[in-house]
Amino acid sequence: MKKTPFHNRLEPLNTTHLWEAWSGYLSAVKYQQSSTYEYYAVRNSAAIFDTSPLFKYRIVGPDAVGFLSGVMARDPGRCSVGAGQYTVWCDDQGFVLEDGVLLRTGDVEFWLSTAKPNLDYLTRVAGRQDVVIDDVSERYGILALQGPLSIEVLAAAGADVWALPHFGVTSATLADRSVMISRTGFTGDLGYEIWVEALDAVPVFDTIVGAGAAFNLVPIGSRALTMARLDAGMLLIDVDFTSARHAWTAAERETPDELGLGWMMKNPDSRPYVGAAAIARERELGASRWKTVGIQADPGAYETLFNSRGLIAPKQGVYVDSSQSLYDRDFNADSGGQYLGYVTSFMFSPLLKRHIGIAKVPLDRANVGSEVYLERTVLHRPAYVKCHVTSMPMYNPDRKTAPLALATS
Amino acid sequence: MTRTEYDVLVVGGGHNGLVNAAYLAKAGLKALVLERNEMVGGAAITEELHPGFHFTTFSYAISLLRPDIVHDLDLVKHGMLVIPLEHHFAPMENGDYLHLGPDGGENYHEIARHSKRDAEAYRDYSHLMERVGHAVKPLLDEIPPNIVSTDPAELARVARLGQHLRGLDPKVLHLLVRLLTGSAADVLDGYFESDILKGLFASSGIIGSRVGPRSQGSGLVLLYHLLGEIDGVFGEWGFHKGGNGGFTQAVGRAAQAFGADIRLGASVAEVIVKNGQAVGVALESGEEIHATTVVSALDPRRTFLQLLDPRQLPTDLVQSVEEYKFQGSSSKVNFALEGLPRYPALGDRTDVYRGFVNIGPSMDYLERAFDEAKYGTFSKRPFIDACVQSMLDPNMSPPGKHIMSCFVQYTPFELDGTDWDAERDNLGDTVQATLESFFPGFGDLVMFREVVTPLDIERRVGLSEGNIFAGEFLTPQMYFFRPAPGWNQYRTPIESYYQCGSGTHPGGCVMGAPGKLAAQQVLGDLAEA
Repeated sequence: MKKTPFHNRLEPLNTTHLWEAWSGYLSAVKYQQSSTYEYYAVRNSAAIFDTSPLFKYRIVGPDAVGFLSGVMARDPGRCSVGAGQYTVWCDDQGFVLEDGVLLRTGDVEFWLSTAKPNLDYLTRVAGRQDVVIDDVSERYGILALQGPLSIEVLAAAGADVWALPHFGVTSATLADRSVMISRTGFTGDLGYEIWVEALDAVPVFDTIVGAGAAFNLVPIGSRALTMARLDAGMLLIDVDFTSARHAWTAAERETPDELGLGWMMKNPDSRPYVGAAAIARERELGASRWKTVGIQADPGAYETLFNSRGLIAPKQGVYVDSSQSLYDRDFNADSGGQYLGYVTSFMFSPLLKRHIGIAKVPLDRANVGSEVYLERTVLHRPAYVKCHVTSMPMYNPDRKTAPLALATS
Repeated sequence: MTRTEYDVLVVGGGHNGLVNAAYLAKAGLKALVLERNEMVGGAAITEELHPGFHFTTFSYAISLLRPDIVHDLDLVKHGMLVIPLEHHFAPMENGDYLHLGPDGGENYHEIARHSKRDAEAYRDYSHLMERVGHAVKPLLDEIPPNIVSTDPAELARVARLGQHLRGLDPKVLHLLVRLLTGSAADVLDGYFESDILKGLFASSGIIGSRVGPRSQGSGLVLLYHLLGEIDGVFGEWGFHKGGNGGFTQAVGRAAQAFGADIRLGASVAEVIVKNGQAVGVALESGEEIHATTVVSALDPRRTFLQLLDPRQLPTDLVQSVEEYKFQGSSSKVNFALEGLPRYPALGDRTDVYRGFVNIGPSMDYLERAFDEAKYGTFSKRPFIDACVQSMLDPNMSPPGKHIMSCFVQYTPFELDGTDWDAERDNLGDTVQATLESFFPGFGDLVMFREVVTPLDIERRVGLSEGNIFAGEFLTPQMYFFRPAPGWNQYRTPIESYYQCGSGTHPGGCVMGAPGKLAAQQVLGDLAEA
């Protein structure tokens, strides 16, 4: 298994010795017994997560904007220099291939980070356009620094990025090394991602962790990260959706509208990008098959259900990323119910004090406030938890996107 | 008389007053909270007493807050954030320690260092205590029946309570009765053999109360402190972002969002009663404010004997309130520290400070501390429940520095031959010396300290005799009898005058239940009127 540029520093911090494989790299599940504690560091102080196993591409050349405009469902032409976008790209049928973050650092220079390899795909689409797609996956490590005090940690480490807006990107210096810092992340909180050349990773890491000591900076593993992203309503590939690239059937594939990402495509958008025609047709015909939405269990619904069977509702630590069915009524109370859809991710949110999930439901049940019932097996029998469709993100603190007042002068 | 601008006046802006006002405002009533101090929160406040250091002057942790209040009042939206305190670190006098953390398997091996039998028994104890807690919890969320009433509806409710108890597993019922009537030591001695484990658990049986671990009554206190939860984890406590003052600020914002007004610096002198009915309040300033309903969040002594002329009340009730025991026994000593305390056996390990540090290494230690209190002196080797809150919330102190909240027992309200103004610094020195004996070099870390005696609690918060629960958690002062027989349903003999403080069922510990249940009673009575 490969090790990330930060691994040698993170390895001694992992008191659990629990590692999992992520794209061929060792990735910590958690650094200490309590993922809840790590989760709260994201919401309360500051956390670092090693996101280096992502695939990373530098896309540069006179045709960079034109090329990306032809690929991305979200118009990169609307992304100014020094800004970034969360985006998806689709196949010709308008099904989502993948999602990623695109950062623009120059008129003709972009950086793309994504979960799966895309060098071959992007190079093929680029064809004869004057653009170079450089796989820099191993050249850079990325350290995600997330949480309300992340800006304080960066400031203490010597990087002044107070002025950086949400999804902004800038070059900076840390530990006398050049780095690239974007105000992005997978937690739905205030946060930054620091791109650093692999050779410089250790000194930059040491500087950040040294500065973070006074701010309760905590290294977090994948469990805490996935909990934070679920609060934030962020989709996870292979959990909340399947890439169209290696799907077997059309039923497995999903369009941006079906994933609840339709907001990315501005109307009107006359760009000829991959999948544009199919997406336009889907919209014209109202052909979306379902929609991806957030759900929240009604307050007390879980507790009452478990109590009625002599049990206590499990809360802390509940995180399920396999599907669970949704129905339109409680079968125990009523017959003749209909299957509606399913949740793909589900957890008890320690912050919101509710069970929440990401679900796929028919369009007529996708409006905020629609009632759905989640099926669980409790003491040998099915049970139905009353839930309501909610807007995503479920948790969306102002600080995530707010301009930051310069606290120091 | 001026027209009434408000439907309801809530006297006292502690957490129960705020919860009460928020529920009443949510139901559409125009509510005004009158708080004597310059910030809401009562005993649940956070103050910057030393530059950059934020102290939870009084109340310092949260657990029993009723989960439905969080949702009913949208508290998360208004900034509620509770970080679980997942560690219990108990230093021993021989330099060893017991550390319980978030992993049950790891805890087994840690307890086994002291006793293998205890490590196993701990699992049985926890399980049965959790079942007892589960049996009792529904009672926290209901207005208790009136046991002296002849109303058939009340008799039926008493009968339902009996049925509930009859439905319990006999083992659960028996342990419940032992806890309600006996001592923490009786129960713990039955399960465990190691001093350190017994000391740690018995500590929950004395908090805030003038009982030793071997006194009858400590069982009930033990049960109460385990009734809470953080996200379904039984008996777990948490630290609110910004301290318990951060919590009450969030409740205050929620109340205001529902339309309640809050007036600070408004000290209520008396409730104005006309023809047996409350019609408003008079402030110390002489100003009168009128309303159709008045709710007191103060403790029973103040609710009945200070805000009212006791001659307006039945003599039985006055007698009961006079006999209702406060006898505050706890103090706080809060420290601003240059750095983390060092415990030699831990080396550089610091995760153990992400929870409670329990100075109470054996039942004997606790009982000896109590002995002195019986005769009117404070403990020379006190029990200390400490919490380095800046470990969880770095905003509580400047970077690299720490605050440490220390809850201290026993410090009886009434001292023999001296008083707290004379003994305040001596108490601070005693606590510091005790900590020094466990954490060598502790004194060198101290930048600033605040000593809060029972007298200070009474003066600043208005809790009589400094009792942190607004009245002792003694069986004869609970449920049917809190605060007095027949007056346990938040009403008073004065029409449209209600009580919602921790001196009512189910009591203190930042539950919010009295405020919520009193609001239910007020709204129910208004609907019937």
